[in-house]
Amino acid sequence: MSREITPPQVFLERRSYRRRRMLDALRLLPLVGVGLFLMPMLWPAAPSEVGEPVSMSAAVLYVFFAWLALIVSGALLWLGLREPLDAAE
Amino acid sequence: MSGAAPLLIGASLGYVLILFAVAFVAERAARRGHGGWLRGPIVYTLSLSIYCTAWTFYGAVGYAARSGMEFVTIYLGPSLVMIGWWWGLRKLVRVARAQRVTSVADLISARFGKSNALALLVTIMAVIGITPYIALQLKSVSESFAIFTGAEASTSATGFWVALGLALFTLLFGTRNLNANERHDGIVIAIAVEAAVKLIALVAVGAFVVWSIGGGLGAMMDRIDASPLSTWEMDRSRWIGITMLAAAAFLCLPRMFQVLVVENDDERHIQVAAWAFPLYLMAMSLFVVPIAVMGLELLPAGSNPDLFVLTLPMSEGRTGLAVLAFLGGFSSATSMVIVATLALSTMVSNHVVMPIWLSAQTGGASQSGDVRNIVILARRLSVLGVIGLGYLYFRVSGGSAALAAIGLISFIGVAQFLPAMLGGLFWRGATRSGALAGLSVGFAVWIYCSFLPAFGPGAALPAAWFSEGPFGLVWLRPDALFGIAGIDPTVHAVLWSLGFNVLAFITVSLVTFPTPLERLQGAQFVNVFDTGRAAAGWQSSAATSEDLMIMAQRILGAREAQALFRDAARGQGLRGDVPEATPAFLETLERELAAAVGAATAHAMISQMSGGAAVSVEDLLAVADESAQMLEYSSQLEAKSAELSRTAAQLREANDKLTRLSAQKDAFLSQVSHELRTPMTSIRSFSEILRDEAGLTAVEKTRYASIIHTEAIRLTRLLDDLLDLSVLENGQVNLNMADGRLSEVLDHAIQTAEAAGTGALTIRRRRIDEGLPLTTDLDRLGQVFINLITNAQKYCSARDPVLEISVQEAPGGVEVHFADNGTPIPVQASRDIFEKFSRIDGSKGQGAGLGLAICREIMMRLGGNVRYAPDVSGNRFVVVLPEAAKMAAQ
Repeated sequence: MSREITPPQVFLERRSYRRRRMLDALRLLPLVGVGLFLMPMLWPAAPSEVGEPVSMSAAVLYVFFAWLALIVSGALLWLGLREPLDAAE
Repeated sequence: MSGAAPLLIGASLGYVLILFAVAFVAERAARRGHGGWLRGPIVYTLSLSIYCTAWTFYGAVGYAARSGMEFVTIYLGPSLVMIGWWWGLRKLVRVARAQRVTSVADLISARFGKSNALALLVTIMAVIGITPYIALQLKSVSESFAIFTGAEASTSATGFWVALGLALFTLLFGTRNLNANERHDGIVIAIAVEAAVKLIALVAVGAFVVWSIGGGLGAMMDRIDASPLSTWEMDRSRWIGITMLAAAAFLCLPRMFQVLVVENDDERHIQVAAWAFPLYLMAMSLFVVPIAVMGLELLPAGSNPDLFVLTLPMSEGRTGLAVLAFLGGFSSATSMVIVATLALSTMVSNHVVMPIWLSAQTGGASQSGDVRNIVILARRLSVLGVIGLGYLYFRVSGGSAALAAIGLISFIGVAQFLPAMLGGLFWRGATRSGALAGLSVGFAVWIYCSFLPAFGPGAALPAAWFSEGPFGLVWLRPDALFGIAGIDPTVHAVLWSLGFNVLAFITVSLVTFPTPLERLQGAQFVNVFDTGRAAAGWQSSAATSEDLMIMAQRILGAREAQALFRDAARGQGLRGDVPEATPAFLETLERELAAAVGAATAHAMISQMSGGAAVSVEDLLAVADESAQMLEYSSQLEAKSAELSRTAAQLREANDKLTRLSAQKDAFLSQVSHELRTPMTSIRSFSEILRDEAGLTAVEKTRYASIIHTEAIRLTRLLDDLLDLSVLENGQVNLNMADGRLSEVLDHAIQTAEAAGTGALTIRRRRIDEGLPLTTDLDRLGQVFINLITNAQKYCSARDPVLEISVQEAPGGVEVHFADNGTPIPVQASRDIFEKFSRIDGSKGQGAGLGLAICREIMMRLGGNVRYAPDVSGNRFVVVLPEAAKMAAQ
């Protein structure tokens, strides 16, 4: 009378595990973005404030590279997610 | 420079013609069902670029020239939203599609129980916030045009022609027909083209500035550091505040809602737009600082930095580049005006014009065809109204400074929709009253702190209010609410308006109670992904004909469905058996299905399959109505069937009774003939003997004659009994009601019985009980008693037969018991003793078996009864006299 009970699947298959972590990363990405764009708040905002003023060229480079990094990571994550996502549905 | 004017006009007109052609071709392709390529993720991303208006195209450079990198916040907010909030956007799109939402006002009103008051409020706010923005676009086109012609006087004329052209375009492609899902392929594709044009124009000017004038990237960086913008100078509160404001406005601007949500064709496009749109924004802002720096460096002091994008190439003699830049700015302005007008006119016609028109119609919406035309007319009038209002604002304000600042002010205005929108999407506790309160409070604070002060002190608000506050209330100064001064005006307005908005929204939501419709809608909005199997995935809106086929086969049957689909495919001129899922076909299919499953259900099924629209509350109510009707019908059927089966049972019973009666009649007839034949036979045979036998003695003659006599008497008695019974059974008997006493009746009966009988029977009575007065047919009652006593005389088999007569009071009357001490009648036989001709087998009696039957008939007539009660040692007959017989005599 003993009935065999299959234990519930604890571990996902490797690909779907990877997919889930990528989705996690995608959800965390805006926090990274907010952090990156809050960085300039630490810079001196006016000549009167203490600290070495940040040159405009450096500021421009910082903002655009941070922006680009966000875009590229977003794009890579989405492109990575796309195949299995379409295949799964 | 006026020589450039013809070139410019030619280029603009050519460009506009190309736009018209592109929109026209796209529209036709979409109508023929070949529009798949028109709706790719790239087109979707490019259509989002209407976020970049002329204000950002020209204004960003001016902004950068004045405040350095702050301009970038306008782009950072939307970038963060697209990169990080795709899941929220997906929900927004899903909800909007499920609810067939056509605008941001529609969304908020649908969420809060389809409240038209909310829709009206949102529409008014949007019109007030956006109309100046449209004016700003007209202004930018006129000014940039004036740069080429050098004629100040032409500004308003340019504005007029531009407004007219835009109105024409919007009317042509925006309101041509009533599209159920409010998608406009022509407009979207034209916007995508314009997006590409403005990006190319700005990048071209930027590249020219950096590599042609600036001397390469490194040299450019040095120039930047040498310029007036050499160092990072930033108001921190503005950096955060404007980023957040831009993010909020990105979601709430009616035109953004239009392209982001309403025109969205496939949720998966958000995946691409999530990174492609930030990329577009970055590309748009990449060269802003270099252009600003070079403009400040090269152009004479006092030049308008807002127009550096145009004036820099012109000062370098690059007219072609300048024309491209003009077309870029023109694209920015026109695409914004077109979509904003479309979005606003949808709101105005749906939430202002139509309700007014419908309430003016006393009969309500009478014919559907009429309403359709009226809606289109309302939409067209609204388009003209909105553009006209923008033009009017442009003429009246005359390009004042107020117009330049309107970008951010308009952002703050529409950002007021955000709490109601997000609260509605994610919080089921949000109520209509809360949304109304939040929107009104936020709107009021915005008008007071941002919109009116923008006209300058003394223009819209008295100058004294800015120094001493209204009516001397210092803490109510529009730029320093509650006496908190020193905050940047924009941040001040954002802080207080959104702060009060959220506070009022949440507080009022918490203390009010939503209506049932609100609660239903709330659940549908918040839990949009919980319904349906495949809901969690990304879905395309297109209903595949195969899906429809499967469904139709299930309902209509395989052969009928295939025939229907084949006919439809032939009708569409297709070779295969599967037609395109055009609205016309869907309508036909819905009608076919409605015949099978009811209109509401069919509508719900079709709309669920095409466009993934969820079943709305109205649909559900309609389905419920239909089901209720069916239920009622089926319960009626049930009742009828129960009635039928009852009737059938009665009929069956009656039939059984008839059959039984018929059998009884047959048995009776055969009994009667048998009973009649027996005496007749002996009478005939003895009378024959008397006639034919000659040598009979006198004794013999006497004996035979007496036998004949006895048999004749028996026959007479039998016939009397039969007659009596027949009279009784037919109810033709006349009762002689008379007063008397039970004892007298009994006395008389016993005397009669004893006179006729053998006299062996001992009768015991309790006379003390028999003094009851009676009102009944005393003779008939006596007949019953005689019968019972005679029976006892005849059939009591005891050695000393005793009959005990007793009278007992009983509920319902008086019982007279006749108990003898004879052999009890067998149970089997006792059931039939009251039937006619029933005689107990083996009994020696010679009666016809009618006595008890007559007794029962008589007692029935008298309203009483007679029954047999088995006794331990004998038989007991109980005569029940009715209460009435006894009572009446008292």
